[in-house]
Amino acid sequence: MTTRVFGERVERREDPRLLRGEGRYLDDLGHDALEVAFVRSPHAHARVLDVDVTAALDVEGLVAIYTHEDLPGRLADPLPLLIPHPALTAPRTAHALAKDLVRHVGEPVVMVVAADRYLAEDAADRVRVTYEVLPPVVGLDRAEEVAAHLVQEVGDVDAALAAAPRTLELRLDIERSASTPLEGRGVYARWDADDQRLRVYSSTQTPTSVRFAVAAILGLPDSQVECVAPDVGGGFGVKIMHPWPEEVLVPWAARLLGREVKYTEDRREHFVAATHERAQEQHVRVGFDDDGRILALDVRFLHDHGAYTPYGIIVPIITSTQLPGPYVLPAYRVEFSSLYTNTVPVTPYRGAGRPQAAFCMERTVDRIAAELGLDRAEVRRRNIVQPEQMPYDLGLTFQDGRPAIYDSGDFPATLRMITDLIGWDDFPRRKAEAAAEGRRIGIGLACYVEGTGVGPYEGGHVQVEPNGRVNVSTGLSSQGQGHQTVFAQIVATELGVPMEDVHVVTGDTRRFGYAVGTFASRAAVMSGNAIALAARELRAKALRIAADALEASPDDLEIVEGIVRVKGSPDAAIPLRTVAVLSNPLRYSFSEESRAATQFSLPVRGGPPVPRGEAPGLEGRDYYSPERSTFANGMHAAIVEVDPETADVTILRYAVVHDCGNLINPMIVEGQIHGGVAQGVAGALYERMAYDEHGQLQNASFMDFLMPYATEVPHIEIAHLETPSPLNPLGIKGAGEAGVIPGSAVLAAAIEDATGVAIARMPVSPSELFELQGGSA
Amino acid sequence: MKPPPFRWSSPGTTAEAVALLAADPRAKVLAGGQSLIPLLNMRLASPPHLVDINRVAELDAVEVTGDGVRVGALVRQAHLERDEAARKVCPLLGDALPLVAHPVIRNRGTVVGSIAHGDPAAELPAVAALLGATVRIASAAGVRDVPADVFFVAPLETALRPGELVTSVWFPAVPPATGTAVVELSRRHGDYALCGVAATVDRETGAARAAYLGVAPVPLVLDLPADDPGGYAAASVDPEADIHATAAYRRHLATVLTRRALAAARDRP
Ligand SMILES: Cc1cc2nc3c(=O)[nH]c(=O)nc-3n(C[C@H](O)[C@H](O)[C@H](O)COP(=O)(O)OP(=O)(O)OC[C@H]3O[C@@H](n4cnc5c(N)ncnc54)[C@H](O)[C@@H]3O)c2cc1C
Repeated sequence: MTTRVFGERVERREDPRLLRGEGRYLDDLGHDALEVAFVRSPHAHARVLDVDVTAALDVEGLVAIYTHEDLPGRLADPLPLLIPHPALTAPRTAHALAKDLVRHVGEPVVMVVAADRYLAEDAADRVRVTYEVLPPVVGLDRAEEVAAHLVQEVGDVDAALAAAPRTLELRLDIERSASTPLEGRGVYARWDADDQRLRVYSSTQTPTSVRFAVAAILGLPDSQVECVAPDVGGGFGVKIMHPWPEEVLVPWAARLLGREVKYTEDRREHFVAATHERAQEQHVRVGFDDDGRILALDVRFLHDHGAYTPYGIIVPIITSTQLPGPYVLPAYRVEFSSLYTNTVPVTPYRGAGRPQAAFCMERTVDRIAAELGLDRAEVRRRNIVQPEQMPYDLGLTFQDGRPAIYDSGDFPATLRMITDLIGWDDFPRRKAEAAAEGRRIGIGLACYVEGTGVGPYEGGHVQVEPNGRVNVSTGLSSQGQGHQTVFAQIVATELGVPMEDVHVVTGDTRRFGYAVGTFASRAAVMSGNAIALAARELRAKALRIAADALEASPDDLEIVEGIVRVKGSPDAAIPLRTVAVLSNPLRYSFSEESRAATQFSLPVRGGPPVPRGEAPGLEGRDYYSPERSTFANGMHAAIVEVDPETADVTILRYAVVHDCGNLINPMIVEGQIHGGVAQGVAGALYERMAYDEHGQLQNASFMDFLMPYATEVPHIEIAHLETPSPLNPLGIKGAGEAGVIPGSAVLAAAIEDATGVAIARMPVSPSELFELQGGSA
Repeated sequence: MKPPPFRWSSPGTTAEAVALLAADPRAKVLAGGQSLIPLLNMRLASPPHLVDINRVAELDAVEVTGDGVRVGALVRQAHLERDEAARKVCPLLGDALPLVAHPVIRNRGTVVGSIAHGDPAAELPAVAALLGATVRIASAAGVRDVPADVFFVAPLETALRPGELVTSVWFPAVPPATGTAVVELSRRHGDYALCGVAATVDRETGAARAAYLGVAPVPLVLDLPADDPGGYAAASVDPEADIHATAAYRRHLATVLTRRALAAARDRP
C-alpha cells in the first residue's frame, strides 16, 4: 500500500463501526444516570407568576425539582453572549431556567431530575406553572425591536444607482428552517468526588468551549472540568451553540447531587428549544447597463433573530459579506436589521446566512437577464471576477472581523464546466420538445462563493509510539464528517507511514485542550493544516534522531512505509518505531522494544541523553492560525419538471461544479455535497417552521416538518475543479457547507423557467405554486 | 416523548382479548402501534390499559375466496401487500398499500388497525368505503358486522364502542369488467396525501365511483356523473386548509386526480 493517500478516494474508516451499530452516541452512555425532563413554556411570551410543584412530589423516583430560584452564583445570570459585536447594541441571552419572563414556546422553566426519563416526564407533567400571558411578536412583518443594525458600503452606491442606465427593484423572502440533526442535543455529566473532577459528555460541535463555559459558570477551575464529544449524530450548526441551558444545568445537578445525570433531548424539544435559521426579508435595488453589467447593488434586509442573540450577529454578517458571490460589484451597500421575535433563537445552520445571500444575488442576476432578454449564463459570464483579478478584495469585513478577500478561484472555468455538465446550450431545444408533449420543464443556474476555514486557530498533536502506532489528536470534534479518515490521510502522507497505523482522536479535552470547534467549513482547513504542521515537526525530529543513528545527514533521509532510510541506499534504514524508542532514553525497560532505549543499551555520546532543545518522545504539536479565511466557490444547475395541473415539482437533474482547492478525499467531499444538496432541496421545496400568530410551532414533528426523504433528493452529478488556496500549507479550502448554499436560488430559477411565474419566496409548495399561477391550471 | 404509565396485557386468544376489554372500558387495543404509540409518546392519549393483540395468532390470517378477501386484525400491511391471491381478487388493495407510509411502518402497521384508527387521510379506509367492505367486531356481547359506510363517523372516530375488538375486515371482490385505480398527491413519498382518489369504473356501463381521502371528515364515496366527473368531485368534497395546502388547492386536486384515477381505472388491463 502506498503512503501517498492525500487526494485518494479512501473509504471512510468510521463507517464499519457506525454501520454495525457500534457508535457511542450520548444516549448510549450513562445507563444508570438519573435523567432530566424540563417543564417548558407553552406560551410565546409570558410572565412566570408561580411554580407549584406539590402535585409532582409524590411521583415515585423523583429526585429533585429546580427553578431559577435554586440556581447559585453565575448560573442564575443570563447565559453568555458568545460573540459580541459593536453593532449588536441590544443583545439578549436567556437564563438557564426562566427568570420572570419567557420569550418563546419551549423555553425551559423548571428542571426535573428523576430515576429515568419516563418518571421525570410524569413529574414534569404535574408541575403547575402560572403565567400571565403577554402579546407575542411573531414574523418579520410584526417585528419591531431591533437587536442590531449594520451597514457596509463599498463605493458610492447612490451615485452609481443614479447614473445607471437601468435599475430594478426586488422583494425576496426566505423562511425558517433548522439543522435538525438525527441525534438531538444531549449532555451527560458525572462528578468524581475522589478526583474532584467533573466530566461532561455533550453532543456538541465545540467540546473545548463547553468545558470553559461550564467551568466558568459553575465556578470550577478549568483543570477540574473535562469535556468529551462522543459520537455525534449530526450537528449542521445547531450544536455549535453553547452552553445550552441543559449543558450547564446537568453538570451542576450532577455535582450537587453527587450522582450521574443525563439529559437526552427528544424531537419535539429539538424543534422548540434548540435553534433555527434562515428567515429573512430582502429588498434589493440594482443598477446595470444594457449589456447586463452590474453597476451598483443596494440590499436592505430584515433578519428574524428569534428571542435571543446568544451567537451574536454572525448569520446576517455572513449574508451581507457573501452576497456578492462571484460577481464584480463596482458599488455595493448592504444594510441589515436583526429583529427580535417570540420564536426560537436563530444561530448558524449549515450555510449560515449564505443560502439567503445566494438567493438574493442569483435572483437579482436572473431578473437582469430577463429584463434585457439575455441568456442567464451569459449575464453571469459578463459579471464574474476573472482569475487575473485574484486575490480579489471585496472591501468588506467578514465574520471573523478580517477583510473578505477571495484568495483564488477560476470562476469562468467553473461556469464553463457547469453549463457543459448540465447541457445548458442545448436546453432550449429540450424544453421545446417537452412543451410539444404538454410537459413543462425549466432550467436554473446559481453560483456562490463561500468563505471557509475561519480562525482564530486549531491545533494538532501527532505522536509515534514505540510499537509504531501513530496517535493523532485535535481539539475540534466530529459529527460524522469523516475526520478520522481525512486526518489520517494527511498524517500518513506527511509522515510516510501506512494509514492503518494512524489513529485519530477528536473532540476530547483530555487529549487536546486548545481548540475552537467544528463549524464554518473549517475542520479540514484548520485542523488539517495544524495536523500537517505537527506531523512535519515530528518528521523533522525523527530525521534528526535517525540521522544520528545512521550517521547520515537528515537531508539525505526519507520515510517510506514507516521506515526511515537513506535516499538511494535503502539498506541504511531504521524503522520509525525504533526512532520512537530512541527518542525517549530510559532507565527502566518495560517491553521488548523499550529495552533498546535503556541506559546500558545505548551508545554513550557526549552531552546529555536528551539533547538541549529536544524533548523526550517522538511527537510534534503545532497550530494553524490563518491571517484570513480562504474562499471556496461553486455553481449548481438544475432541471425541473412542473406538473401543469398539480404544480408538483420534480427535479429531473441536479449538477454541481465544486472548487474547494486541493481535495484530500474526493469521495468525502462528494458526500458533503450530497448532504448539503439534500438540505438545499429541503429549504427550497419542503422545510419551513410554521408558526401561528400566537408563536406556536404547528409542525414540531417530522410528520409535519417536511424534511425530504431519500426519495425526494435527486441524483447529484458532480464535477470538481481544484484551484489551490495560496493561504495554507495544504492548499485546501472548506467543503462542508457548499452543497446547501445555492439550493433555493437554483430551484427557484428552474421553477420560474418552467412556469413563467416569478419566484421570489422560498420554499415553495405545490399549493403555493398553484396559487402563484393564478389558482387555475 | 415518553408515555405516561399504563397497564399492559398480552392475551393469547380473541376470547381473552375481548374479556380484558370488557373488564376495562377505557382499555385500548394495541396492534402495530404505528398510530397509537406516537399518540402515547406525545401524551396526547393516556389509556390506563393496553390490550396488546400481537400474540393472538388466530387474528393473523388472510382468507381469499372468489368473492373477496377477509383480513384478520393482526395481518401487517406489508404482508397483505405481498399476497398475490388477495391482490388478484382485490387489485385496489395492491394499489393502495404501497402508498401507506414507508416499508418499515408497513412491516408493523396492520390493515385493520388503519381502519380502526379511522384517519380520513388514510388510504385503507377509503378503499374499504369504496368497495363496501364490512368490519367484523367482537365484544363480550357477541359479534357484529358493520358496513364501512356507517363505520367511519368523524375524523379518528368510528362506530367502535368501548370493549370492542375488530377481528377482521371483509373486502368484497370487484365485479368482472371493473377497472380500479388509486392516485394521490403527497408532499413526500409515503406521506399522508393532500388529496387521494380511489376509483372503480365499470368498463361496460361506464359507471364510475370514487372514494376521496384527505378532503372530507370521513372517506367520501361518490357516484360520478359521466359529464364532468372532476367538477362534480370538486363541488362535493369538503377540504380544510392546513400548513401544507389551501382548501382551494385540495379541491382543485380532487378535480385533477378524479380525471387521472378514472383514466387509469379505465385503461387497466
Ligand atoms: C411516519 C408515519 C407515516 C404514516 N403514513 C401513513 C400514510 O401515508 N397512510 C396511512 O394510511 N397511514 C399512515 N400511517 C399510519 C399507519 O398506517 C398505521 O400503521 C395505521 O394507521 C395503524 O395501524 P396499527 O396496526 O399500527 O395500529 P395501532 O397504532 O396499534 O392502533 C391504532 C388505533 O386503532 C386501534 N385499533 C387497532 N387495531 C384494533 C382492533 N383490531 N380493534 C379495535 N381497535 C383497534 C387502536 O386502539 C388505536 O386507537 C403512518 C404512520 C407513521 C408512523
